[in-house]
Amino acid sequence: MDLYEYQARDLFEKHGVPVLPAAIATTADEAEAAAIKVGGKVVVKAQVKVGGRGKAGGVKLAVDPADAREKASAILGMDIKGHEVRTVMIAAAAPIESEYYLAILLDRSNRTFLVMASVAGGMEIEEVAHTAPEKLAKIPVDSNVGIDLARATEIIAAAKFPADVADQVASVLVKLWETFVSEDATLVEVNPLVKTSDGKIIALDGKVTLDDNAGFRHPDHEALVDQAAENALEAAAKAKNLNYVKLEGQVGIIGNGAGLVMSTLDVVAYAGEKFGGVRPANFLDIGGGASAQVMADGLSIILGDKDVKSVFVNVFGGITACDAVANGIVQALELLGAQATKPIVVRLDGNNVVEGRAILTAAAHPLVEQLDTMDGAANRAAELAAK
Amino acid sequence: MSIFINADSKIIVQGMTGSEGTKHTRRMLASGSKVVGGVTPGKGGQSVEIDGHNLPVFNTVGEAMAATGANVSVVFVPPKFAKAAVVDAIDAAMPLVVVITEGIPVHDSASFYAYSLTKGTTRIIGPNCPGLISPGKSNVGIIPANITGAGPIGLVSKSGTLTYQMMFELRDIGFSTAVGIGGDPVVGTTHIDCLRAFQDDPETEAIVMIGEIGGDAEERAAAFIAEYVTKPVVGYVAGFTAPEGKTMGHAGAIVSGSSGTAQGKKDALEAAGVKVGQTPSETARLLRAIMGR
Repeated sequence: MDLYEYQARDLFEKHGVPVLPAAIATTADEAEAAAIKVGGKVVVKAQVKVGGRGKAGGVKLAVDPADAREKASAILGMDIKGHEVRTVMIAAAAPIESEYYLAILLDRSNRTFLVMASVAGGMEIEEVAHTAPEKLAKIPVDSNVGIDLARATEIIAAAKFPADVADQVASVLVKLWETFVSEDATLVEVNPLVKTSDGKIIALDGKVTLDDNAGFRHPDHEALVDQAAENALEAAAKAKNLNYVKLEGQVGIIGNGAGLVMSTLDVVAYAGEKFGGVRPANFLDIGGGASAQVMADGLSIILGDKDVKSVFVNVFGGITACDAVANGIVQALELLGAQATKPIVVRLDGNNVVEGRAILTAAAHPLVEQLDTMDGAANRAAELAAK
Repeated sequence: MSIFINADSKIIVQGMTGSEGTKHTRRMLASGSKVVGGVTPGKGGQSVEIDGHNLPVFNTVGEAMAATGANVSVVFVPPKFAKAAVVDAIDAAMPLVVVITEGIPVHDSASFYAYSLTKGTTRIIGPNCPGLISPGKSNVGIIPANITGAGPIGLVSKSGTLTYQMMFELRDIGFSTAVGIGGDPVVGTTHIDCLRAFQDDPETEAIVMIGEIGGDAEERAAAFIAEYVTKPVVGYVAGFTAPEGKTMGHAGAIVSGSSGTAQGKKDALEAAGVKVGQTPSETARLLRAIMGR
């Protein structure tokens, strides 16, 4: 889960990373009140999970609370690269002398953690990496060793931070490591990390990504989920514990196993090229045990998507037996009754396939059509969606 | 031959007394695997009767190895306790540890992977994987044993069900070993480790490599193939239609910005001379054409 800037700021503050006073607002009134609370000149910052908001006009300086109200009312409701601004952060304005970059992340390629540090902060770090790679230090960190002050001091020296800020930055790095580990983050990034004109080091903007798998250790992380920003179908699927991602397309997809479902989407999109660009409408992995209830829940979500014109159920019975899946489909259609109105193409293969296909044949549901192969079934589902 | 496991592999099941552990121990035994015991901390000294096999339970992997001579461990322990289980196996210098568990925090898997490198005596496969099978010899994990038999194809895949699908597509030819390496961002064994082992395995004549969006394991594998692998390799990559920034089921299956895309992986594989299928069936046909089967 990616966090908003204000959520990242709050986590930083919790772990002792220096940040500026700030408050959030969802209306112009709240923005004015927040500016009064923060005091002095403030910066009004759109809270969106996408880069480039400054260029888009989503970050404005305000000289007083009335100005903050005005700036906030212009920013709230803006569309920044498809993200609607529903919240702004009102943060104290700081006199900036220098901008740096500091991050800790999971380095998948090397299967370790990585510190990235640069004295060229404030710009996109990919750009620094591309145009001036010598200005970006990348230092691996062993998960079982971590970063203490001595190690942080070495890292900051290797990244060639100026002597007058090195101690402060090293101390920030230790606290960032604490944030990274104790929150189960896969990314903590401060960009920019600034030196103010009075010589203080402050995390001015931050990005944090948390590991969804570590939720059991962090009951407090649930509150960080922005329910309002979730797609309604995705939220409904999540409530049913279904692994669902909404896409823009016409063929609803149900399958078992993440890889097979991803492959199913691709095969449908490939087949859809012949039918005027028909595309898959969603990702939905019902996992190993496809019970009638899970199948009914899945079908119900997919049939609730007004863009869906046909449904493709693609199951390879590994541990799951195809007869159980077939029974699931039949019972799901009974549970759904009149709610089921779209044609459903089913491809079953693998464990107990003969029994599974026989069950669907015997049920002879008018909406259900069986095909033997994944490619053939994808083709048929795309064809039905194009009609 | 086969890679990583063989007919003499002696397997212990960590978490055997749990419901998943028991279920899959039964399945492994039914497929002829030599399961010799289980490990559940606190239940040492007990035994479990599964289909006529009386399997002893130990408190630690070290005790289990000393008593049974086990050289493979398969882990069905829930995410919360998985790290402790894997660390126990590494401490006992278990040569091969296959972690089936899905949902392990990446800080835990990064930690036990780093620890395995420090110790230098354990290969980890997974986590979040279906395990591996050498049909007719040994089956470690949850891959169905009845899809196909022994043969000359080696398969490595991030995905369980795509492994099954591909084994099914090529069931008349058969497999030396099929390895599901798992869909997490950090896994103990990579495509490259498997490609190297298949290249060095005299019984493997051709290789199928299945990848998916996220990370750069496939790009690295492509570079390795160009440099080291002389046996024919066909590839398949899932996730062309995946949108940027969305996790597609597997924790590691995510396109971040412009990196980790299916197209990038396909291009890298093709540049290394690997034929890449547009669908699993087409991939199987490409392999058949190369093998003349």
